Amino acid sequence: MIDNYSWITVLPEIILLTMACVIALVDLYVKSPNRTATYVLTMLTLVLVAFMQAEYAISGLNQYGFSKMVVSDQMGNWLKCFATIAVMVTLVYGRPYAGHREMMRGGELFVLAMFGLLGMFVMIGGNNFLVIYMGLELLTLSSYALVALRRDNTQAIEAAMKYFVLGAMASGFLLYGLSMMYGATGTLDVNEVAQAIASGRIHHQVLVFGLVFVVAGLAFKLGVVPFHMWIPDVYQGAPTAVTLLIGGAPKLAAFAILIRLLVEGMLPLALDWQQMLGVLAVGSLLVGNLAAIAQTNIKRMLAFSTISQMGFVLLGMMSGVINGNTISSADAYGSAMFYVVTYVLTTLATFGIIMLLSRKGFESEEIADFAGLNQRSPLYAAVMAICMFSLAGIPPMVGFYAKLSVLQALISSGQASDIGLAVFAVMMSLVGAFYYLRVVKLMYFDAPVQTAAIEAPTEVRIVLSINGALVLLLGLAPGGLMTLCASALASMMAG
Amino acid sequence: MGLLSLAIWTPVFFGVTLLALGRDEHARAVRWIALIGALISLMVTVPIYTGFQLGTADMQFVESSPWIERFNVSYHLGVDGISMWFVLLTAFINLIVVIAGWEVITKRVNQYMGAFLILSGLMIGVFCALDGLLFYVFFEATLIPMYLIIGIWGGPNRIYAAFKFFLYTLLGSLLLLIALIFLYTKSGGSFDIETWHTLPLDGTTQTLIFFAFLAAFAVKVPMWPVHTWLPDVHVEAPTGGSAVLAAIMLKLGAYGFLRFSMPIAPDAAREWAWLMIALSLIAVIYVGLVAIVQRDMKKLVAYSSVAHMGFVTLGFFVFSDLGVSGGIVQMIAHGFVSGAMFLVIGVLYDRVHSREISSYGGVVNTMPKFTAFALLFAMANAGLPGTAGFVGEWMVILAAVKANFWIGLGAASALIFGAAYTLWMFKRVYLGPIANDDVKGLKDINAREFLMLALLAIAVLAMGLYPKPFTDVMDSSVAELLRHVALSKLN
Repeated sequence: MIDNYSWITVLPEIILLTMACVIALVDLYVKSPNRTATYVLTMLTLVLVAFMQAEYAISGLNQYGFSKMVVSDQMGNWLKCFATIAVMVTLVYGRPYAGHREMMRGGELFVLAMFGLLGMFVMIGGNNFLVIYMGLELLTLSSYALVALRRDNTQAIEAAMKYFVLGAMASGFLLYGLSMMYGATGTLDVNEVAQAIASGRIHHQVLVFGLVFVVAGLAFKLGVVPFHMWIPDVYQGAPTAVTLLIGGAPKLAAFAILIRLLVEGMLPLALDWQQMLGVLAVGSLLVGNLAAIAQTNIKRMLAFSTISQMGFVLLGMMSGVINGNTISSADAYGSAMFYVVTYVLTTLATFGIIMLLSRKGFESEEIADFAGLNQRSPLYAAVMAICMFSLAGIPPMVGFYAKLSVLQALISSGQASDIGLAVFAVMMSLVGAFYYLRVVKLMYFDAPVQTAAIEAPTEVRIVLSINGALVLLLGLAPGGLMTLCASALASMMAG
Repeated sequence: MGLLSLAIWTPVFFGVTLLALGRDEHARAVRWIALIGALISLMVTVPIYTGFQLGTADMQFVESSPWIERFNVSYHLGVDGISMWFVLLTAFINLIVVIAGWEVITKRVNQYMGAFLILSGLMIGVFCALDGLLFYVFFEATLIPMYLIIGIWGGPNRIYAAFKFFLYTLLGSLLLLIALIFLYTKSGGSFDIETWHTLPLDGTTQTLIFFAFLAAFAVKVPMWPVHTWLPDVHVEAPTGGSAVLAAIMLKLGAYGFLRFSMPIAPDAAREWAWLMIALSLIAVIYVGLVAIVQRDMKKLVAYSSVAHMGFVTLGFFVFSDLGVSGGIVQMIAHGFVSGAMFLVIGVLYDRVHSREISSYGGVVNTMPKFTAFALLFAMANAGLPGTAGFVGEWMVILAAVKANFWIGLGAASALIFGAAYTLWMFKRVYLGPIANDDVKGLKDINAREFLMLALLAIAVLAMGLYPKPFTDVMDSSVAELLRHVALSKLN
């Protein structure tokens, strides 16, 4: 049934879609090599959308639309808002970088980023297996094209191929799993699937069989061990701006579909998928942290670091239901959401610095390129150091509180195995601290190798400084964001 | 803003201001701002002493406001007789360190001074925090400035030392974090330390928590056998870093025993006291012997720090008024003395650029004023009556003898080793004929160095001759702590 509310729930998506098409057309007439008009229009659209989503979220809108195909709830609206901001920040950082690398001969960067964002919106707002899948495909198709944006760069093309092949396979997994669920339950609607499973009339084995594929597909998209192989190659091969477009905002969307599919759709199967997520988390923490030590390429190192950080998110996801009791699930999933949001915030600044250090004809990709950054620019060194300490989970950076809330969710289950897992996780983050500290060491303890002045447009400087400051300030006052995440999840679990 | 908040955030504010001052073109201004900042930071702590109520074990100057509501964490500060002196000590040492780094540090002065000011604020925060998570945040955050201080301004092998320092202490702290979260869950959602003090816990839980705490605090103290990071770090750290590390940072660990391990897991603390006493005695005797054979002055003082901190933990775990008070007095005294010892070495190092004992000899001939100070601090380090070093050691030995004669004997033997390594080093460095041209060319200390050493000398003598202000303050709190530890929390 299509009523007026339906249109309200998808109004931001409509604006995004319309403007993406308009901008694609307008861009044909833009002559400036910096694509200023395209850029400004994109930014204006994104600001508008971000405001709308924030408004939706604050007003507590909780609305299904189009016969429950889509949902506009607090969690989704906040995630959409954050995703929009993340994409905006990425474009601010990425524009000078892209301009130097002939990635702006057309306005594809902006248009594809907007389509990618639209895909994320659909993923986040989808309440139906097919809608979610459609959003996912829109996002990944845009991403494939973005990775290949430097079509004369072999590394980027290789990365795009790898990404495409593996991504298509993952989509296949997911779709196959979803179709199994459909076959078993006879519905694609997330809530109805949950009801059908809860009724207990469906053969458990069929459900688990489908679940395995769904989890595998999700694990692929999240990039957790053993489905992580594409992450390092794509992070390294893609132009840094695109790496950030893939590694930033989409994590929020991936978290959302984790919630929509597993929690909203398959909560009665929690016992099964929690075990799977547990295995994935342990593998990710282990492989991600150990492999990151060996890296010399900063993007590759951050790729492995992402894998380990996603392991932490999964730890939060797997501690929601304890002995079939869902009392603390909103807390646990809220902690995972807090983790993802703060992770994206930190990642934005990290890659922002990497792009800043890259110049025309010079990719600042080796960790060694950070040597002596403190002497070249104390401000950027401080921003990077804050991010590294945050990723390592050292207080008072925000990353610490993310780890804290996940560990709390884990330990509150009171089971010995979960506490053991928590000990394992902190030991792995000790390993992680080593390679994050190595970056700090290079910036502060070593003499600079590069001496070229660091040039950046004013807007990049400002946004980057704010971004870095936020990582620290949110650490000094993490309460607000934590409560926001917890209440968003609580209202979702209740509704 | 309360007094304690002021004590914490004043140095942090000045530190951040200094960091914002850019590069070295303003070095002169930076030094003065740092000095003024350190002075003001010290001055704001004075009312904490003058306004402190004796005869009560309650927390004083309490501030409490919600901080992270989601986890029921509050910004809860307060000091009692145990922690009060450390607030002042930290601010005092901070001032000394700023003076010590005055003209020695020429590279990135603003970051150096800023790091120390921020560090001092964070360490005061550790001593004031009455909320478990707040404590942890301060406790861990101190690692960042110290890591940078060692790594940027340290010696040739500074990077190894910085990593060793950071990762070694982080390893322990992470287990502490698990224990804190566990207590949060167990107490039904509270990070309040005073709530935890009265929380009933069964035996196994207490033991696990006790050892998780031990992992964090033993590394920080450091106790044998996890002390190996300290000599490496001390050798490479800049003088100011060594001084702060020895004077304050080690105390964070010992303080943790008093605030966390003993009151939260009292049954486990009593059950495992033998282990703690054994480890402390090994530190006192074995590490004391190790100190004798050191050739590097900083290493020697580092090992002597481990031995002296052994006295502290020994005093704590004999569970008597005298022992615990003695341990705390020893912590404060060691703060003055070890800080002074490292600064003395720093004075020599600035001139000769060597820490080897064999590079010196007959310094007294060229630096008589300086040698007088060095003698005083050496005597204090050896525990000579009349100096700060004597009071705490004496109290701990007495308490140990009361508890068990053999423990007392073991502890007392350390006085001999202490005298041996300190005085032997003193003889080789300062006495005798002038050993080489480096020593021949030494200039005696200037006004700045004189001021710095004189301030410390006054503190060392004052505490040694009239320790009453120190012991008076802690009496009630220690008695309350022991009364609490004697009660079983098993249910």
